[in-house]
Amino acid sequence: MLRTKSCTFLAAVVLTAQAGWAQEVRVYNWSDYIDEDLLAQFEEETGLELIYDVFDSNEVLETKLLAGGSGYDVVVPSATFLQRQISAGAFQKLDKSKLSNIGNLWDVVEARTETYDPGGEYSINYMWGTTGIGVNVGRVTEILGEDAPIGSLDLIFNPENMAKLAECGVHFLDAPTELIPAALQYIGEDPDSKDEDVLALAEPILTAVRPYVQKYHSSEYISALANGDICVAFGWSGDILQSRDRAAEADNGVEIAYNAPVEGALMWFDQMAIPVDAPNPEGAHAFLDFILDAEVAATASNYVYYANGNLASQPLLVEDVIGDLAIYPDEATLETLYTTTPYDARAQRFVTRMWTRIKSGT
Amino acid sequence: MNIRRIALISVPYLWLLALFMVPFLIVFKISLSDIALAIPPYTPTLDISGGWTEVRSFFSQLDFENFEFLATDDLYWKSYLSSLKIAFISTFICLLVGFPIAYGMANAPKEWQPTLMLLVILPFWTSFLIRVYSLIGILSQEGMLNQFLMWIGLIGEPLTILNTNIAVYIGIVYTYCPFMILPIYATLIKLDGSLLEAAEDLGCSRTEAFWRITVPLSKAGIIAGCFLVFIPALGEFVIPSLLGGSDTLMIGKVLYEEFFANRDWPVAGAVAVILLLILIVPIVLYQRNEQKIMEAEK
Repeated sequence: MLRTKSCTFLAAVVLTAQAGWAQEVRVYNWSDYIDEDLLAQFEEETGLELIYDVFDSNEVLETKLLAGGSGYDVVVPSATFLQRQISAGAFQKLDKSKLSNIGNLWDVVEARTETYDPGGEYSINYMWGTTGIGVNVGRVTEILGEDAPIGSLDLIFNPENMAKLAECGVHFLDAPTELIPAALQYIGEDPDSKDEDVLALAEPILTAVRPYVQKYHSSEYISALANGDICVAFGWSGDILQSRDRAAEADNGVEIAYNAPVEGALMWFDQMAIPVDAPNPEGAHAFLDFILDAEVAATASNYVYYANGNLASQPLLVEDVIGDLAIYPDEATLETLYTTTPYDARAQRFVTRMWTRIKSGT
Repeated sequence: MNIRRIALISVPYLWLLALFMVPFLIVFKISLSDIALAIPPYTPTLDISGGWTEVRSFFSQLDFENFEFLATDDLYWKSYLSSLKIAFISTFICLLVGFPIAYGMANAPKEWQPTLMLLVILPFWTSFLIRVYSLIGILSQEGMLNQFLMWIGLIGEPLTILNTNIAVYIGIVYTYCPFMILPIYATLIKLDGSLLEAAEDLGCSRTEAFWRITVPLSKAGIIAGCFLVFIPALGEFVIPSLLGGSDTLMIGKVLYEEFFANRDWPVAGAVAVILLLILIVPIVLYQRNEQKIMEAEK
């Protein structure tokens, strides 16, 4: 009797699992990158079950994509990685007839993502931002004085400044594709260079400040900065602004400021795309269309403090976001921002090796 | 009868074939390939449908280039050496800590033994990852360990333990100690107590009896325990990446970089093949040596 019962139970589980397969949308996005209420809203509006996983490095996502069979329906690589993954055949073309809100996209952003994904055939922009410097204003001015260069790469690439800042803690992104262009920009070289001789020029800059960097990590600085555990982070704009917000909420006397370096900052784009082997492309399109909705995009940006590529969402953004030049830079700042393109395999190996040498001394 | 015997003997070999040889051959094949921008990210891939010529061209494209590459960069041998050192020292500490625990367990009153055994196994009921993460909380600047040491007055200001090699040792020893304790305990519990009594009757001191009887007779457990700790510690990735600093050099991290940062599966494959050789060769040599001793004894 018991046996029959458990058999029926098992059959029921298998059946629901099969039925559930088509109803699920699996999204793989960056950590701390969405207002979680939106996830529930998507499930409610579409009746689809959303499985939402997060990562904190483009490399992890890329390896999953290139291994094939990642099982995800929507992924969010940065545009440089996206470009390479498109040529590896990792994505399927978007069916724009299923994206009723695609007209909401902002041409200013589209013009720039065009380099990576011509015609926007494979991806839509989710968020974009800059890579820059977050500081604990109180601590840094206490150490370096009132005229501390908090808006300049000099703060983090000048060993004299860094030696003093080391005592209160400095974090760098663990991403050579962010740090090396910044170092090249600092010394007036082409940040998008693929030439090994030019790339090598970044090494002494980064090695000189290595002893003063407490940690290379791509997400820990959000809370570390907000808690006052560290006083400087070289990181992504919205992450630092989130940390500013958390510190303000905690009311712990920590004041965080973000600046895109005056020397010029890397401008990056996170693009949503559908893997070629997505189990549920239908659901994936539904998710993209949901994200393209002006209200949804505005809610997301208001929460994560990143600019989005959605023009229609702009009237719905809170003043804290749309009015903040660190998020939506003015024309003059936009001029100074630069973009990069992906490294080929040889340059990539050179860069990774250099990065290991910088971090470990070997 | 014969067939049954063969079938019985073949089980472990089939096991080895399916779970060791086949995966190894796949990795070995990838290590001979070239990097490509595709899914999967290497070439050539075997397409049997193309017939014999296809298979031949497949084999002609394989070469040992990646192994040669490993020799050109000192990062690799330095990482192997550093991993060997970390694994070796961790195994030794595990033995120092594990043997007395196993000895104490085996000599504890019979009714306590199941409880003690449970205490050793209990940590496994919590996810490995969670246990390593909680070590971060214990070892950090404001962590419990520093607070405790400051409270008892041993140190004046917090030590930097997290993100150093010391944290890696602590993590590995903590995680793998049960693998040392259990096999040693298993041999000690079977130890015939009358042998020790006989030794004492014949005028052997307790310490001498321990070194001349207990230790040699538990050798099998000690060796099994050392292998069980040494092998996973050598390729460990999670512990050094969560607890270690950016200057902690371990081959597991190098493998990760090859896979994730360089997308170079072929070089990653070559690193893995050499790692395996480093492990297998000493084990095979040891096995041979044991056999020789056994034959000599006969």
